[in-house]
This record gives sequence, C-alpha cells and structure tokens, in this order.
Amino acid sequence: MAQRFVTIWLYQLVTDWLTIRRPDLQHQPFVLTAPDRGRMVITAASTTAQAQGICAGMVLADARAIMPALQVFNDRPGLEEELLRALAKWCIRYTPFAAIDPPAGLILDASGCAHLWGGEGPYLEAIITRLQAFGYQVRAAMAGTIGAAWAVSRFGGRHCIINSGKEQEALLPLPPAALRLEPGIVERLQKLGLGRVSSFIAMPRSALRRRFGQELLLRLDQALGREEETIQPLEPVLPFQERLPCLEPILTATGIEIALKRLLEALCHRLRQEGKGLRSAVLKAFRVDGQVAQITIGTNSASHNVDHLFRLFGHKIATIEPALGIELFLLEAPKVEALSTQQETLWTGGCGLESARLSELMDRLANRLGPDCIHRYLPQEHYWPERSVRPAAALHEKHAAAWRSDVLRPVRLLPVPERITVAAPIPDYPPMLFRYRNQVHQVRRADGPERIEREWWLEAGPHRDYYVVEDEAGRRYWIFRSGHYDGSQPHWFLHGFFA
Amino acid sequence: MPATRKDIIRQLQKDILLWQGVTPPAAAAVPVGLGPVEEAFPHGVFPVAAVHELLSEAVEEAAATSGFVAGLLSPLMQRGGACIWISAARQLFPPALKAFGVEPERIIFIDLAREKDVLWAMEEALQCEGLAAVIGEVPEISFTASRRLQLAVEQSRVTGFVLRHQPRDLNANACTARWRIRPAPSQPEPGMPGLGFPRWQVELLKVRNGKPGSWLLEWSAGRFQPVVEKTDEQPQVQVKKTG
Repeated sequence: MAQRFVTIWLYQLVTDWLTIRRPDLQHQPFVLTAPDRGRMVITAASTTAQAQGICAGMVLADARAIMPALQVFNDRPGLEEELLRALAKWCIRYTPFAAIDPPAGLILDASGCAHLWGGEGPYLEAIITRLQAFGYQVRAAMAGTIGAAWAVSRFGGRHCIINSGKEQEALLPLPPAALRLEPGIVERLQKLGLGRVSSFIAMPRSALRRRFGQELLLRLDQALGREEETIQPLEPVLPFQERLPCLEPILTATGIEIALKRLLEALCHRLRQEGKGLRSAVLKAFRVDGQVAQITIGTNSASHNVDHLFRLFGHKIATIEPALGIELFLLEAPKVEALSTQQETLWTGGCGLESARLSELMDRLANRLGPDCIHRYLPQEHYWPERSVRPAAALHEKHAAAWRSDVLRPVRLLPVPERITVAAPIPDYPPMLFRYRNQVHQVRRADGPERIEREWWLEAGPHRDYYVVEDEAGRRYWIFRSGHYDGSQPHWFLHGFFA
Repeated sequence: MPATRKDIIRQLQKDILLWQGVTPPAAAAVPVGLGPVEEAFPHGVFPVAAVHELLSEAVEEAAATSGFVAGLLSPLMQRGGACIWISAARQLFPPALKAFGVEPERIIFIDLAREKDVLWAMEEALQCEGLAAVIGEVPEISFTASRRLQLAVEQSRVTGFVLRHQPRDLNANACTARWRIRPAPSQPEPGMPGLGFPRWQVELLKVRNGKPGSWLLEWSAGRFQPVVEKTDEQPQVQVKKTG
C-alpha cells in the first residue's frame, strides 16, 4: 500500500487559540510576548497586528511605537506544544498515527484511511473544515512523502493533494526553504541565485554535497521518497485495537453499551484466534466537542470472555459523560498475554484458586473496590509473629515454607500490642491476674512461656515471653512480657485473642 | 407401638417441611461434624446453601466465633474450593487457621475501607459457584440485604457467614440461622498443666424450621466434640483438685 501523509500548518496557532477563548479579540491587534535577555520580545502576533508590520521576533517597545493601542498577553513556554499535542490527539479520529511537528505543524499518516471518508479530497476537506470551524487558520497538503506534503502545505497552493510519484513536479517551483533546510544553507543557496528547487535539483549530487553538505541531499531524498522517513506517533499504536465510528453522535448509556459490546466481540474474536487474553483494556469515547472520555479495566489473569469483560466495564459506563455526543469509540488492549488452554477446561469444575471463575470474581471486586483490597497470605520463615506471614503476589503463588502447626497462634492478633498491668508472682511465671481496658481478669490456666527472640539481623530490641492464659470466664488471651526482669519492672502486653 | 408412632411423626414432620418449601438435602451433603447441633436443623443436616448469622459482643466472643467458623470451614473446603473472607477491620491472624484444619493460603481476604462495601462484595462473592464459603464481617445487615444474600446462595449453593460484632439492632432478617458463640473454660487432660482444647458455648438462637438450643462443644482431634453435661463434670474437676 502506498504511503500517504497529511501535513497541517496552523500558522496562527497561538493567536487563534487566544481568539477562540476570547472572541472579543477578533480583529483586534494583539501580541504575545516573552522575556528575553531583559527585553520583552514578541512571540506571536495576530493577523491584524501583522497587517501593521508587527511580526514575531520584534521587541515589544518597537511594536508599541508603531501601534500604541496594541494589546499584550504573556506567552507561556510550552504552550504551543501543549496546543499541538491536544490537536494531534483530536486528529486520532482521522488516523491512528498522528504526530506533532513543531513549530505549528501536525503530521498525519493517512495511509489507508482516506477511503473511509470517500476519497482523499473529502478526507482532507473534512479535516480542514473541522479545524476551521474551531477557529484555526490552517493550510494542509497531502502527498506520498512527509517532505513533499510539508513543502506544499507551507509554500504551495491551497490544500493541495499531490499524487504519489508527482512529488518532484510539485517541488520544482518552490523555494529551497520548502525542503526544511537549516537557515544557513538556505542563505547560501539564495546567495548563489538558486531561488527555486528546480534550479539545483538536476545538479550532480557530489557537487551539492561538497557545497551544501549531506543535509540538503537527505532532505531532497526524503521529499522525493528515495529516503525513508518515519514519524513518532503521539500515542503508540497498539496491535489490539478496535474502533467504531458512529453515524450519529451517541448520547445514551444504552448506546454506549451496544458500542462496547460490539467492540468487545470484535476484539475478543481476534484474541481467541491468536490464543491470547487481555490483562487490561481501555475504552475511549471521542466526543463531538473534541474531548476524550475514557474508562479502564484490569484483570487478574488473561481473559477473552466477552460477558466477563463487559461486566467489568458495566458499572463504569455511567462515568462517561457524553456531553453533545460521542462520535467514535476506541477499544484498546494495552496489555495482552498468552492464554493457557487450561483455563477453559477448568471452567465448569470446582472453584479452587486456579479457576477462571475465581479470578473473574477477583477482577470484579478489584475493579469496583480497588486492587489493593485483595490479600492472600503465605507463611514466611520468621518466628516473630508480625513477620510470620507475607502477602502473596499472585493468586497462583505457592508457598515455599510450610505453615507451622506445632505452636498455638491466636485467631485475632492485634496490629499493635496493647499495654496491660499484671500481678505476676515470681519471674518466669505467668501472671495471676491482669488488667486490660479497666477490666480485671483472674488467670485460671496458663501455658508458657514461649520465648520469641527479636531477630537481631532485622531489628534490635528486647525479646518477648509469650503466655497463653485463660481467665475465669474461659476467655483466652495471648500476652507477653517484653524483656528480662533486670531491676526495672518489665512491661506486659496483650497481643491477641484465642478462639 | 412406639416405634411406628415415632415413624409416623417423623414422616409427618418431613411432609410439613416439604409443604413449607424446604427440600430434603442432596445425597452428597457435606457433614460438618457438628454432631448434636445438626439435629436442630430441618432433616438433621447443617444447611450448606444458606446464610448464617453469628453474633458477638466482646472481642473475646468475636475470637471464639472466628474459631468456630474456621472449624466449620475445614469440612466445607474439603472439595477444593477457595474461601473468601471480607471485612472492613480485620484482625484475623491467618496462621491460627491451621489449627482448625484450614489451609490459610486458600483463603482470600478482601479488606475494605467502608462497611457499606462489605455487603456488596459479599453478594458478588456468594454468586460465584464452587466457592467453599464466604465470610463477611459486618455489624448491621438489613432485611433487604440479607434477602439478597439468601437469593444469591440459593443459586450458587455457597455457604455464607455473616459475623456481626456488636450489632446495634437485631432486626428480623432472612438468614437461615442465628448463632452466638461464647468462649467456655477449657478442661485440660487429667494430670496435664496448661490449657485444654478450646471450648465454646454454642447457642442457636433462631433456626428456620428447626429447634433452637444450646450446646457445649470442644475442638479436639481436628473436629467438634460435644462435651458431656456440665453438671456431670463439675464434681469431677473438684475431685481432681482435691486429689
């Protein structure tokens, strides 16, 4: 397939943007300025101001001398690129490959896209009309190479379409600056009287290289399609992506659901054929007013089950605000993994940790309640109670160590041990009674002590002597004494409750 | 003939239950090993596809309730199903479950910030067929919420446990049974120091189509054991103390 590129030149980008935001500035002379070496230098001038001879690069004081009524606004560094990025994002409705081309330019890779608009003429027309309707002044061109399209959009006639193979003819009458050359090379060419591309294009390449360097030849080759040129798309194009343009703007949740279902069916069909499943998916809704609303889901294990994925999106659909309507839906799967066939065979069996149904349930919970809420614990080879378990990383993770069954552990463990006061007869005997939260418990039976040393290679501190005690009502507690009896009274803590 | 009379009464009870819409349990019912407590339920079988409600006031009672539920989980998880434990302020210590015959790594904990989400998550989990059990810690449950859980378990046949710690109002709800588990003094083996096996005073406050009652159970040798009458044991203890 022949490559086709569209370049768009928004030659009054910043001033147009300001006029859109403030319609009262239409037909008013105004400039944007930025400080430069202690002076205010004009970075952009409105069309009306330009008619008076004010242009970018002038010092503000000079411009004020020409036109005292000039309105001045501050320019923000990076504003132009920000605007370009937003416009390029908007252009994704015309092609998945949209790139920015500062200053004030956009490049779209339109290969294989134009037929959806009924040909290249209507395609280019649609882009230009929509941009102009926003209030931007644009010049655009379409050609088989980026270089030729760029040259024609800047220096050629209005809204040209250059057929593939005719680039050279289109370039001939244009000035050398149309080839995206460095100002120094353009100046040298002008000095030698080479004012048009036609005047040097037929010269021997060795002579051109010697006089003007490799760059001129490279740019010439790029414009003529002899040299490959790539663009950096604004958003990387994903292999698993489905788009659904709508004839009429969609406004209702039911409409969104139908669109989502269709996209999911198409995407899952492709995934199934390739034996893959998605781990995350994004639904983007391009609105008529240029905004993009999006909802995201994630799954615990790769899935291509339409119903399940639809349910995950289900309660997020309400968060899409259609405003004036949605004209394009885009479903992307940024994270795709190979799917084990085992998953489908377990579909109808019991619901162990490996079953697909459980992982679907986890997906639903994680999507609604946040992924941090799901925990599973595996044993860890530490004696210190707080460190004896660790959260498992995945549903399928197996434990390397075994659970200890030789020691009793409380059913409820306090996250932080609570201080208690005790009456203990002699060292290393369990207490006779203890006071916890203002209630005195008489100890009837006790077990222990179980000494647990603090692991010195991890942290310093006293050891703990744990006792299992039962009070007069049969309530069972896990209490410990921190440290030795060495003159000072040791502290006692309650750490858990036994069943 | 007393035997025939007993048979007739049993047959009549079965018929009444059938008319009330209680279907006899499937042949492959799981025995949970509750012994005499199971007799309190219709047909004398612990209802598996049902929501049980367990009340607790003090923290110690909550711990006893957790232990009792863990004891019920081990037979329920025999068939390889996973278990989901949902709570808003969890203090359960997973290694302790090993003592009740439950593999702690087969329990998935859902720790939520709001209690409101617990019921939603519980309903969603109860709809998942094949799970062994779903446990939710939530103090308040309305009639509507309990009905929703009940409808979910009727479809999926998963056992649900609602652990209600310090409930504010005990309204009527659609749960099949209402329990209260209290810790009871343990009895060590004769001549042995320390604590005995955990014992609980298990009260069945409400059972649909069943007979409420109160039992003293002990968890020993990996299963529930009924403890013989307390009154019988009291003198025994004294004998030991004096001897």
